[in-house]
Amino acid sequence: MSGLMQELSATALALGVPLSAQLDLTYRCNERCVHCYLDHDDHGEMTTAEIKHLLDEMAEAGVFMLTLSGGEIFLRKDFFEILEHARWLTFCIKLKTNAVMIREREAARIRELGVESIQVSIYSHRPEVHDAITLVRSSLSRSLDAIRFLKAQGLKVIIANVLMAQNMQDYEGVRALADELGVESTLDPTVTPMMDGNRSTLNLGVDNTALQRLFRNESLVGDVEEFCAVPPRPGEDELQSLPCSAGHTACYVSPYGDFYPCVQFPLTCGNVRRQRFADIWRNSEQLKEIRSIRVKDLSGCSQCTHVTNCTRCPGLAYMEGNMRGPSIQDCEKSFARTGVPSVNLQSKKHSVKNLIQIRM
Amino acid sequence: MSKLYVARNIRVAARILDGEMRIMSGKDSTLFTLNKTATTIWQAADGATPLDEIVERRICPEYEVEPAAALQDAETLARELAAHGILEVSENPIFSLNPRAANRPAGEFR
Repeated sequence: MSGLMQELSATALALGVPLSAQLDLTYRCNERCVHCYLDHDDHGEMTTAEIKHLLDEMAEAGVFMLTLSGGEIFLRKDFFEILEHARWLTFCIKLKTNAVMIREREAARIRELGVESIQVSIYSHRPEVHDAITLVRSSLSRSLDAIRFLKAQGLKVIIANVLMAQNMQDYEGVRALADELGVESTLDPTVTPMMDGNRSTLNLGVDNTALQRLFRNESLVGDVEEFCAVPPRPGEDELQSLPCSAGHTACYVSPYGDFYPCVQFPLTCGNVRRQRFADIWRNSEQLKEIRSIRVKDLSGCSQCTHVTNCTRCPGLAYMEGNMRGPSIQDCEKSFARTGVPSVNLQSKKHSVKNLIQIRM
Repeated sequence: MSKLYVARNIRVAARILDGEMRIMSGKDSTLFTLNKTATTIWQAADGATPLDEIVERRICPEYEVEPAAALQDAETLARELAAHGILEVSENPIFSLNPRAANRPAGEFR
């Protein structure tokens, strides 16, 4: 993060401004990715007028960085009307899409409207692997065509790759493909539970051995020794720090108007159809509770050596049952990185042992 | 001497935070923080008002500066901002193809 961006975030935090927001325009999708956390039925999406009104309120509240995502955003027939309104309000806009509906005309319109970047999901450089994840034939070739149209317009494109057991062998291929296309790429080994709490998607994730290999790949992490080093015990400053920006400078609104701290944190804080965006942001009891939490309050984590550079997600912790608890997936990542089990992994191991003793 | 017209580039993102205008360049996603004078020029840059008029009406009364010196500084600033893709500068009025752009907010929502 640049110095100016850090200063911007710090100012927003001090003033209590929701600097960034994600708005999902729809949960409907034209792909059926095996790891997706959403229910794709339409349960009553906000209308065009409701979304435009919400955008007005978001701008008024100070939202600057706006991510429009889904579902697949281009399935909304009013997508460009919404995008045009959002740009008129001078938001800095990032789009998340599978891009299969983007052709030359759409790419030109996106360029015209001054979108900052477009993130496109690509899971493999091989059609048989990518299409087997999206469950849509030819989806890779259509997404790649779209990336070329977007690049031809001079737009910034980022390939986002979610790493699972199914595509573990292909991340180098995706990176090579990104280089060939002249776009950035990101790699994320996090598969999340479904928003309704169903955790079956987690079985698709990579195992510890694969994570270890990943974290020791110099081309991905840079200095392996530094990346995999066990961090020092947290000092008082770290213990007093905030666990995450969710609910502090960031928030999420669903296609139905539900307001959450983050897309991965399904704790309802209000609904923008019934309340003003700024009122929810300022007055929600749920957000106040989140804002009261410091690292020192996290059970287990506050005593854990990994806490200073752990990727712990409060939303995943909430889905595991306690927003002040660990997100075990991230404990596993810290373990794979350093070889040292986290405090919560150790206690989980003990409780499993106890359980076995009871069964005996 | 010919007039200089300035218009906000419609591809940038902008928001006022803590009294300062924050601009994200549409060219390379670089973030800028405009000082008070630059913010005043940015907000007044509608493509139709000449820069000397902006300086005379908005800058001089507020900062108690000589119009000639202020205009010279404002021109330098406007060209710098144009180099970063934040403003458009022209010797003729700048009309956007999008009629809504004339009424476009300058990011001052708070």
